[in-house]
Amino acid sequence: MSWKELEQGAVVKGGTSASYNVSGWRVNRPVINEAKCTNCLICWIYCPEPAIVRHDGAKVTIDYDHCKGCGICEAECPPKAITMVREP
Amino acid sequence: MTLVQTGRVAALQGDEAVAEAVRQCDVDVVAAYPITPQTIIVEKLAEFVADGRFGGEFVPVESEHSALSACVGASLTGARVFTATSSQGLAYMHEMLYNAAGMRLPIVMAVANRALSAPLVLNADHSDMMGSRDSGWIQVYGENVEEIYDRTIQMFKLSEDPRVMLPSAINFEGFIISHDKERVRLLDEGSIKKFLGRPKPKFKLDPDAPLTFGAIATPDTYYEFRMQQNEAMNGALGVFDEVEKEFEGFSGRRYGTVDAYNTDNADQIMVINGSAAGTMRAAARQMNAVGEKVGVLAIKLYRPFPAKQVATYLAHAKTVIAMDRSLSPGAPSGPMSEDVKSALQAAGLSRPVMSVVYGIGGRDMLVDDGKKIFAMARQGPVSGLPIMYGVKG
Repeated sequence: MSWKELEQGAVVKGGTSASYNVSGWRVNRPVINEAKCTNCLICWIYCPEPAIVRHDGAKVTIDYDHCKGCGICEAECPPKAITMVREP
Repeated sequence: MTLVQTGRVAALQGDEAVAEAVRQCDVDVVAAYPITPQTIIVEKLAEFVADGRFGGEFVPVESEHSALSACVGASLTGARVFTATSSQGLAYMHEMLYNAAGMRLPIVMAVANRALSAPLVLNADHSDMMGSRDSGWIQVYGENVEEIYDRTIQMFKLSEDPRVMLPSAINFEGFIISHDKERVRLLDEGSIKKFLGRPKPKFKLDPDAPLTFGAIATPDTYYEFRMQQNEAMNGALGVFDEVEKEFEGFSGRRYGTVDAYNTDNADQIMVINGSAAGTMRAAARQMNAVGEKVGVLAIKLYRPFPAKQVATYLAHAKTVIAMDRSLSPGAPSGPMSEDVKSALQAAGLSRPVMSVVYGIGGRDMLVDDGKKIFAMARQGPVSGLPIMYGVKG
């Protein structure tokens, strides 16, 4: 893009991360054992990305498009309901 | 000390005059940290706030890095923002200088120029700003108290112009100007407000319409953003003239990008910036009175560098004396000297240029020193490494 077309000061609209798929960054993926999960939301608090999704009337799930596979959820989960599994 | 009411004549130190200009300029946020010889500016502004004479927000930060960071944040909201620093403080801001310029924020900063440690020294030279020369800030150098008062007002106008949107630094030598008490004809606050209007940034922080500023770039786009900055900086030359013209309309005062004294009739022309320019003019005047042909070209606007104007004025010279109040160890000459040589070369002019380093760490530069330097240039040879004028050895 020409320098004449770019927005001055590198200004971009907010929320652009939502359209950025980072699933390819992962080595290991978190897998939730729903039977063990108490839906305490500790993983939701600790997740550095908004990759843990809360639901009304259902337990948390993982947004794999935005999970980078850091493993913090596995480390923090009190009932050990999350396991990091090698990506194929 | 109580300042004389606006619209009147006051005896003010340079720092006090800058603070008074900021008070009059409807500034929204000041974030600054005290450092000698700039401290009076910060103290004065804090006093104005305490006395209810200044409606802006004063943010007493814990460092210069934080000062400019706070200014960046405030400026992103569309506020009019000011800070001030010197020497180590400017060095400590260095990283944020580039952020302010890169995000195209019209922050105005006063720099009471002071040499850098070690050894620790409180007195003036230009090496603080020259160390940040390439940070993308517009840079003016003042010669006297009234001039830096005027420049403070003008720089808000210039920086906030939609064609420019770059931060500005008003440079003036520590103690020589910052603490020198001079006569200042203060301007009427209503006229200043009318002249400045309010900043109208194209983008600003707004919780209802979130934006990312200074977003990450890649090798595919970074160069283009820098190109925009460079174009804005070069374009600021023309806008500077417009701002000066409009300012002259209500103040009757104009300084120019350069100030040429007797350059049409001079064999030796000295190029210089800052407070010593006036001293050198006095030296030239005395020499001209006894039939010697010397002139002085004072650089008022240093970035963007008015290369064409400089070359035009130097076209008459047989010898050019390029003066630097900063020392670039190991460089072929001082930074301003190199700018002068480039300006001549770009204009296709070949002139012998004598590079002179002077006034380092606050070493005095008096009228007799000017006469000696003009005499050295007349006798030649003038090429080679810079002359370290006034060093004991």
